[in-house]
Amino acid sequence: MGWIGETMDSIKSIKIRQLLTQAVTLGMIVTSALIIWKGLMCVTGTESPVVVVLSGSMEPGFQRGDILFLTMTKEPIRTGEIVVFKIDGRDIPIVHRAIEVHERKTTGAVDVLTKGDNNEVDDIGLYADGQMWLHRHHIMGRAVAFLPYVGWVTIIMTEKPIIKYILIGALGLLVITSKD
Amino acid sequence: MHSFGYRANALLTFALTILAFMCAIASFSDNFSNQTPSAQIQILNINWFQEEPHGNDEVSLTLNITADLQSLFTWNTKQVFAFVAAEYKTSKNSLNQVSLWDAIIPEKEHAKFWIQISNKYPFIDKGHNLRGKDFNLTLHWHVMPKTGKMLADKIVMSGYRLPDAYR
Repeated sequence: MGWIGETMDSIKSIKIRQLLTQAVTLGMIVTSALIIWKGLMCVTGTESPVVVVLSGSMEPGFQRGDILFLTMTKEPIRTGEIVVFKIDGRDIPIVHRAIEVHERKTTGAVDVLTKGDNNEVDDIGLYADGQMWLHRHHIMGRAVAFLPYVGWVTIIMTEKPIIKYILIGALGLLVITSKD
Repeated sequence: MHSFGYRANALLTFALTILAFMCAIASFSDNFSNQTPSAQIQILNINWFQEEPHGNDEVSLTLNITADLQSLFTWNTKQVFAFVAAEYKTSKNSLNQVSLWDAIIPEKEHAKFWIQISNKYPFIDKGHNLRGKDFNLTLHWHVMPKTGKMLADKIVMSGYRLPDAYR
């Protein structure tokens, strides 16, 4: 009985050490991704430095699935800038262009009206009930650069969560079954 | 070390890195283009100028816009978004910008144009400030690339003035 116990122990101990190393490696990968993301947030000054274009309201310039890089500087908002904003009470960021700006002399606060390039009418219909203008605190950032097609990965994972689970499952399997 | 998985992984990473590098270079090459756009805007007619029932001023203009934006196009340009905005000051606001007309120019050939239209978007002021107002008409353009950094600039044309009384 003694040697069975010994073998069992040695087997268990090897597995545990390997598992722990793999868990730590995985943890390192996840945390370094997080560090890069948070670092980007600091550098660009906005909560979400990268957004995916979800609708076709800015075609043909931005198609669904493109990604936009945002920044938010202290500079005032002017017409023509492509701004990303969230309506109170809704989660989805909207990427449209500012077509009207009124800046108050005393406070420097701005009222902004936006419209998607491909839409017929301006965004008043999208704003919350009774809201006629956007203010600076609604705006998350200005788009400064863009990459086509890269955002499709995110769109697929959001709309078909099954694929997300399959991917994570496959990655997990790979990690566990790899020999080093 | 030589399994299919490792090779596929290495290939994929290398391909993605090269792709990202090429996008960055394409965008960087835009800095070297020589850009000399020109434009002219004429107000042909003030169609009407009245006070809305909500108490805001509204004006309708017919504009004659001539522009040559061909030099803004590079091989990395997907489209140029051009728009004309009226800018003016009021007693409460240090700056008001109202977009009057915009257009998407998809190709270099269409970038040299002359059109005569009335304003696409209503020129409404929040208040009664437009009588006798001096304003600038600015042609803005926004170059949207195939990949990379977007760039925007404008030409300011000043010296326009609205009539002193409603019509």
